Amino acid sequence: MRPAIRFLGDELIERIVSEGRHIMCKLGIEIHNDTMLSLLVDHGVAIDKNTNRVFFNQSIIDKALVSAPRSFKLYDVLEKQAVDLSGFNVNYTPGSAAIYILDGKTNNIRRPLANDYTQYVKLMCKMNNIASQSTAMVPADVHEKISDSYRLYLSLLFCEKPVVTGAFTIEAFEVMKNLQVAIRGSIENLAAKPLTIFSCCPTSPLKWSDVTSQNLIDCAKYSIPVEYISMPLSGFMSPVTLVGTLIQHTAETLSGLVMSQIVNPGTPILYGGSPAFFDVRYETTPMGSISTMMIDCAYNEIGKYLGLPTQAYIGLSDAKHLDAQAGLESSMGATLAALAGINNISGPGMLDFESCFSLEKLVVDNEICGMTLQMIKGIEPKEDFPSQPIFEELLKEKHLLISDHTLKYLKGEEYYPGKVLSRANRSRWEEEGSTTISERAANEIDKMIKQWHPTLLGDDIKKELTQLMEKEAQKYGMSKLPQIN
Amino acid sequence: MTVIQELSEQLQQGNPKNVAELTRQAINENIDIKTILDKGLIAGMSVIGEKFKAHEIFLPHVLLAAKAMYAGMDLLKPLLLKEGIPTRGKVIIGSVQGDLHDIGKNLVAIMLKGAGFEVIDLGNDVSPEKFLDTAEKENAGVVGMSALLTTTMPVMKKVIDLARARGLYGKKRFIVGGAPLSSEYAKEIGADAYCFDGVSAVETVKRFAGIF
Repeated sequence: MRPAIRFLGDELIERIVSEGRHIMCKLGIEIHNDTMLSLLVDHGVAIDKNTNRVFFNQSIIDKALVSAPRSFKLYDVLEKQAVDLSGFNVNYTPGSAAIYILDGKTNNIRRPLANDYTQYVKLMCKMNNIASQSTAMVPADVHEKISDSYRLYLSLLFCEKPVVTGAFTIEAFEVMKNLQVAIRGSIENLAAKPLTIFSCCPTSPLKWSDVTSQNLIDCAKYSIPVEYISMPLSGFMSPVTLVGTLIQHTAETLSGLVMSQIVNPGTPILYGGSPAFFDVRYETTPMGSISTMMIDCAYNEIGKYLGLPTQAYIGLSDAKHLDAQAGLESSMGATLAALAGINNISGPGMLDFESCFSLEKLVVDNEICGMTLQMIKGIEPKEDFPSQPIFEELLKEKHLLISDHTLKYLKGEEYYPGKVLSRANRSRWEEEGSTTISERAANEIDKMIKQWHPTLLGDDIKKELTQLMEKEAQKYGMSKLPQIN
Repeated sequence: MTVIQELSEQLQQGNPKNVAELTRQAINENIDIKTILDKGLIAGMSVIGEKFKAHEIFLPHVLLAAKAMYAGMDLLKPLLLKEGIPTRGKVIIGSVQGDLHDIGKNLVAIMLKGAGFEVIDLGNDVSPEKFLDTAEKENAGVVGMSALLTTTMPVMKKVIDLARARGLYGKKRFIVGGAPLSSEYAKEIGADAYCFDGVSAVETVKRFAGIF
């Protein structure tokens, strides 16, 4: 039996969805994009031109819910299926767009550079429990106008895994799409075998900016999957009650869904978000808050109730270093998310309110992900009934270490973490240097990055990616791309 | 692949039947007995030891390889004796008097045998006299003592004290292991080494035997 967790009953979900839809129709959603407003008007939606407020109707919401796919898959750069976003399948991806990196050597934070990003991508190739990459950091040594596309370029160049990403501007979408088309060979093939998911974020409360609305339009045109990242802040930018926040999240997310589906019915989407229970003591948005995690799991239930695949920023921490707080918040979030069956879980590697990325934490979180993936396999009987033969063998042989039964089920019944977690007895731990978790993580990083080898993507395609990126950089006055070591 | 390489490979696969067959074939082909032992069986077990330390394989695979090693050793032993080739060394092992726990001790015995040592397992509840009498009689270089209980740990000191009285201390090596033990305790009672698991026991005994 797959273990599961629920926070809402169906009756409460229906009431929340009904209220969310009511807010969309009666109070409306502010949309600051003329193309989108025209499209909505064409589809019979009322708008207030003075306020850019769009008053959705029940019929257009129903249509969007019908046309949105129930599931979709991501394929790696070599067109191999890598992520299945359906049912209660759980897939992990790192947290995204950190503006700082926690430097493992100095233990200080600083702005990440292209080389940091490349190290991260190489490390991601070895993260066996994290199915996709994300564009986890924003490199500071390229022009800010290409800081989004350049991340995607490095990810596609150095790792085969699909990428969860996003555009910071309207203009950046073009090259980010072209990089993907270069890999797939055609727009049609990219639509058939999605390579990326774009995060598109409404602005709480109840608003979509020009950039994110345009990103929704552009992604839908090319059938590039999107995840809606609604970010209500309980008690600040949304009602303090969790149910009230869920109503707002529903309205913001369903408005995004309608926008994608009117542009291109069938555009793959994830019912996602990054809400937080606002901390009125520190004026912060804690991702490690238990109420934040409960909102995440609850809107995932709403998404599933609506028949949609889901996403959440959960399994990350607000700690400043790789400490006990980092472990407890990340593992609590990842455990809840896995039990809830959130399809795309964004979090590994992230600290400090989604602002700081740590390679060491990524390596530790990979083990948390491994454990939770093992957990949701649940407990199933194998060759356990009748039990007498195995106990007879145990009594006869005095142990079962080399029993056929042991050899057959040893690896399936337990998740064996890498060397970053200490499972040795004290004496061996001392013999191996009495290392801390950070030191062990640093050792693993060095080892894994040394083991990296170039991807199997053709050299001609890699060359084309570089040409596309260089051309984009030149637009913003960069004569060459940063030197990668 | 030569027969010796194949022997090492089959040992690593934990296949006693094939190891016995290949050992027999190597003997029939008049390959030097020491070469069969060192380059075939022991070389295979060394690879297993390294892989185990690196977490590439787990304990069951080490034990399976050790079992395969025995299959080869059973055939080589009479020939080694006949040609006067010394074995890697002899180890007396047992759980100390009053202690009936022997799981850890058994694991160590299997792994030492797997590493090519001759192991005389005295079982559990072994008196100090029996440890030393057997060590003298068998001319064993190493005495391994195991205890799970804090109440039985002091017997280890009795064994070492008796060895001092008999003039054996310094001539034979005493190693200790078990859940309540520590290197501090081993030092306190005068033991030569504390081994915290099977791998460390094998490494320690190899060190004493001058094998690195």
